[in-house]
Amino acid sequence: MATRVPEKKKIGKQLTLPLSHAFNMSMRSIKIRFGRSIIVTMSIVLGIAFLMSILSSNAFTAGILEKGPENIKITIQQNLEEIRIRQLWLVSLSLIVCVVGIVNAMLMAVTERSREIGTMKCLGALDKFIVELFIIESSMQGFVGSIIGVIFGTLATFFVYVLRYKGLIWHIFPAGLLLKYSLFSILLGVLISVIGAIYPAYVSAKLEPAEAIRREV
Amino acid sequence: MPREAIVRTIGLKKTFLLGKIPLNVLKGIDLEIYRGEYISIMGPSGSGKTTLFNMIGGLDKPTEGKVYIDEVDIAQLDAYELAWLRCRKIGYIFQTFNLIPVMTALENVMLPMIFGGMEMDEAMNKAKELLETVGLGARLHHKPFELSGGQQQRVAIARALANDPAIILADEPTGNLDLKTGKEIIHLLKEMNRNKEVSIITATHDLKMLDVSDRVIWIRDGMIERIEDRENLQIKVGEVEGEEAG
Repeated sequence: MATRVPEKKKIGKQLTLPLSHAFNMSMRSIKIRFGRSIIVTMSIVLGIAFLMSILSSNAFTAGILEKGPENIKITIQQNLEEIRIRQLWLVSLSLIVCVVGIVNAMLMAVTERSREIGTMKCLGALDKFIVELFIIESSMQGFVGSIIGVIFGTLATFFVYVLRYKGLIWHIFPAGLLLKYSLFSILLGVLISVIGAIYPAYVSAKLEPAEAIRREV
Repeated sequence: MPREAIVRTIGLKKTFLLGKIPLNVLKGIDLEIYRGEYISIMGPSGSGKTTLFNMIGGLDKPTEGKVYIDEVDIAQLDAYELAWLRCRKIGYIFQTFNLIPVMTALENVMLPMIFGGMEMDEAMNKAKELLETVGLGARLHHKPFELSGGQQQRVAIARALANDPAIILADEPTGNLDLKTGKEIIHLLKEMNRNKEVSIITATHDLKMLDVSDRVIWIRDGMIERIEDRENLQIKVGEVEGEEAG
C-alpha cells in the first residue's frame, strides 16, 4: 500500500493573475493602511528632502559661479576648494541618511506583514504575485514621497538663498541643473523604496507558509 | 467500495534546529484519513500536532517521509501546482483566524476565488452565499477588527470553503474562543462536514471536539499514541481529562 504510484494528473497549475489585480490590491492596501503608509512615505519625504536640499544648494552655487556678479563670484572662488569638499561630504552624508532611512522604513513595514504573506500563500497566492504586490505598493509610496521630498528640499534651499542674495537669485536661477537633480532624487527614491520592500517581501514569500505565519516580528 | 484515502502520510519525520541542537518533533507518523471523515488530532501542547497539521497541509516540508493528498505526493509538486493545491484542494483555518486585516469579510472570502481565477461577479455572489451559510449575511462589509472572535472564525470558515476544497484543515480553531462560541464553531464545522462532504482535520486539545469526530488521533512526543473510533471514545473521556490535567 505504501508503494502506490502517485498520479500527478489530478493536480492543476495555478494561474498567473493579471497585473491589474496586484495593482488594485496594492492601491487598496495603501489607502486602507493610510496612517501606516503616511509614516513610511514621510520617511521617504524626509530622506529625499534632505538630499535635494543639499543638491539644490549645489545647483544655486553653480548658478552664481556661472552668471553671478563678480564680487560674489570672487568670494566664492576664494573658498571654492573648501566649499567643494564640504559639499561632497554633505552630499554623501545625505545620500547615506536617505538610503538608510528609507530602507529601514520599508523593511519594518513589510516584515510586520509576514503573517499576511503566509496567509495569502495558504489561499493560493503565487510567490511572484506577492512580490508584485509589494513592488507596486513601494514604488507608489517611493514616487509620491520623492516628489514631495524634492519640492520641500528645493523650496527650503531656495528660501535660504533668497534671504541671502535677494533678487539676484532670479538672475542666476539654475533651472536645468535643478531639474536634473530632481529627476535623480525621484529615481533614487523609487529605487531605494522598491529595493527596501522587495527584499523582505521576497524572503517572506520564499518561506514555507507555516514559517511565514509563525515568524514573529 | 473501499474507502478512499484523501490524506496519507508515510514515515513522516520533522526535525527543527534549536540553535545547534536538533529537536525531533515528529518521529515517524503513518496515517490514513478517508474522504468525508471528521478527524481530530489531539495531544498536549508540544506534542507535534501543529507540525503534523502543517505537513498535511503542504505548509511545511517534512525532513523525511511522504505526504500524499488525493494520492499525489506533494513533495513532487512545483510552485504552481502547490499553490493550486492550497487554493482548491485544501481550506485552512487557524487559531488566530489570520484574516487579511485590510479587507472586508466579503473580500477575505473572495480572495481564494480570485487567486483561483474566478470572475469578480461570480466570486462576489459565491462569497455572499458562503457568508450567509455561516450566519454572517449581515456583516459582509465589516473589517476583521469590527468583528468578534467567533465571527472572525466564521469568516475564516467561509473563506476555507471558497473553492469547494476536499479537505479543511483547522489548527486549534477554538483555541482563541470562549466555551460557547467554540461549541458553535465546532458544530458549524460538523455541519459543513455533513452537507458539503468535506473532510475535516483539526489539531486541537479542545475536548468538545470529541463529540463530533469520527476518529481521534492521539499524538504524544511526535508519535501516534493511539487512534480511536468514536464508538470507543465515550468511556475514555474521563481518563483523558485526567491526563490533560496532569
